Amino acid sequence: MSVLKTENVIMQFGGVVAVNDLNLDIQKGELAALIGPNGAGKTTAFNVITGVYTPTSGRVLFSPTDQSGTTTAIDISGKRPDTITALGIARTFQNIRLFSDLSVLENVLIATHLNIDYSFLSAMLRLPKARKGEQQAREKCEFLLERMGLIDLKDEKASSLPYGQQRHLEIARALATDPQLLLLDEPAAGMNPQETDELTDLIFKLKTDFDLTIFMIEHHMDLVMEISDHIYVLDFGCTIARGTPEQIQNDPKVIEAYLGVDEDVEN
Amino acid sequence: MKNTQNSLGTYLKIHWKTIAFLIVVLVGIGIADQMVNSFVRRLLNLSAIYTIVALSMNLINGFTGQFSLGQAGFMAIGAYTVAIFTVPVGLRSTIFYMEPMAPFLANIQLPFVAALLLGGVLTTIVAFFIGAPCLRLRGDYLAIATLGFSEIIRIVFTNTQNITNGALGIKSIPTISSLWWTFGTAIIIIIACFLLINSSYGRAFKSIREDEIAAEAMGVGLFKTKMTSFLISAFFTGIGGGLYAALLGTVDPKQFYFTLTYNFVLIIVLGGMGSISGTIIASFVVTLGQEALRFLDEPMAFGLDLPIFRPGLRMVVFSFLLMVVVLFYRKGLMGTNELTWDFIAQKWHSIKAWFGRKTASSQGGDK
Repeated sequence: MSVLKTENVIMQFGGVVAVNDLNLDIQKGELAALIGPNGAGKTTAFNVITGVYTPTSGRVLFSPTDQSGTTTAIDISGKRPDTITALGIARTFQNIRLFSDLSVLENVLIATHLNIDYSFLSAMLRLPKARKGEQQAREKCEFLLERMGLIDLKDEKASSLPYGQQRHLEIARALATDPQLLLLDEPAAGMNPQETDELTDLIFKLKTDFDLTIFMIEHHMDLVMEISDHIYVLDFGCTIARGTPEQIQNDPKVIEAYLGVDEDVEN
Repeated sequence: MKNTQNSLGTYLKIHWKTIAFLIVVLVGIGIADQMVNSFVRRLLNLSAIYTIVALSMNLINGFTGQFSLGQAGFMAIGAYTVAIFTVPVGLRSTIFYMEPMAPFLANIQLPFVAALLLGGVLTTIVAFFIGAPCLRLRGDYLAIATLGFSEIIRIVFTNTQNITNGALGIKSIPTISSLWWTFGTAIIIIIACFLLINSSYGRAFKSIREDEIAAEAMGVGLFKTKMTSFLISAFFTGIGGGLYAALLGTVDPKQFYFTLTYNFVLIIVLGGMGSISGTIIASFVVTLGQEALRFLDEPMAFGLDLPIFRPGLRMVVFSFLLMVVVLFYRKGLMGTNELTWDFIAQKWHSIKAWFGRKTASSQGGDK
């Protein structure tokens, strides 16, 4: 069953076609990856899905599962980013975008704002409802920080964290919005091989523990080939290939555009 | 039952310093209310009103990061509402001598509190119509648009002769002299703002200040959240304006010239954009300072007959102060910190450590 489906999505900025005829079909519970050379339009594709840009043409269909277990496909193209997040798509950013002046805990708490059930008036008077809501949000966020190994740093300023932990915090923050589909924009960027390995394990665990569908952009081919179920390859805004890691590794078009000729394959 | 007692006990244990401080403040106001002369009383009242307006301005400018300059206009709405609805009906014909008051208003007189709240509500309604288009703008445009609307409000009040008495203004507003009105309202608003800022709404405000794109991606509706902040800010400003009218006993459009807004900009920049306690401190410093420095405005000769001291010179002091703050304390007195007990303890330790280092190094120098 597909969770996210894009139909002939075109994103044009003036004369530049950043994404040309994007057709994704991401199944529930899978881990899909989007790869491609620099400037291929990967982040633009993410921005179209999350509502930062309204596509020039085409449809983006998201099928969240509600509490009763039924799924309905919703056309989310052109909806506001916060509406899309509320529907169940959360994301991280390629160039980390934390609320750098706020504490680690506050960063995660902000992501629970869309689920609060008390009004600003009861917040100003600190009525029992507001106090209870605050308590629940705090517990949830502390649990997520614990899960991401950041609980001891919860009162630190977000900007004071080392780079790798800022990436972890971004994931924790995205998880606090209760997503069904998690978009990770280069989660392993700037990480050393060991950190990348740890991240690979973490992403895999999060997927099962939180019952997520994950769609990620990544340049670390080891990571991508190891954990992805499906891979989409983008070049100059066009999807040049799609398939399982094996299919992609052996696709001549992909090798030419992106992977390069691997000596082992030649031998 | 035992459980509630326990939680009350722990609550007292954690917050006893704050509660003690609040009691000291309340007793202080009570004593001051009995002791001080009318000049000091008026200054203290004015400081409290400036605290209210500056704090509400900080809510949208400092915490939400939306630079709005509409404060003078919003104060005018609150002030005129109180003026129009509390002036005794019998006196109205003598005040509105150019053109009689509009019949639908002429016989309505409200108690002070009702007029004050009505002023807040009307300000909020006007703010909604200003905010609906303006809050979709980003950055400097909002400042320009709100500044423009603030002037529009003033000009409308100048020209609606049969409602606001135009440029003549409204006199004989029943005045408040007790410190409790202004300080009571200020304390309530400070506590309300503090609780709001430390709730999910306050964090949403701050997230917009930090990074709009990330805030939106985390599910914070930009327009809705900005509007919430803007309307709460307008409501409190309207209340502040109403108290201002009742303190002065007279309103006229010239009081609400856009330069009034800059007083509050000065206060929040000095105190720290995004700090409640900084705003409170700066409100008192600026308001009392403006009076204390009044001698600079009087002509004075130093042997030579050089007119160095002349009207307006005291404002130069504030300009200088602002420059110093911008150069050396980029974030104002408090930055985005609050004057909590932890903060004081931390500062105290760093001061002690600094003196400790000083003495240690001077001893080292002796050897």
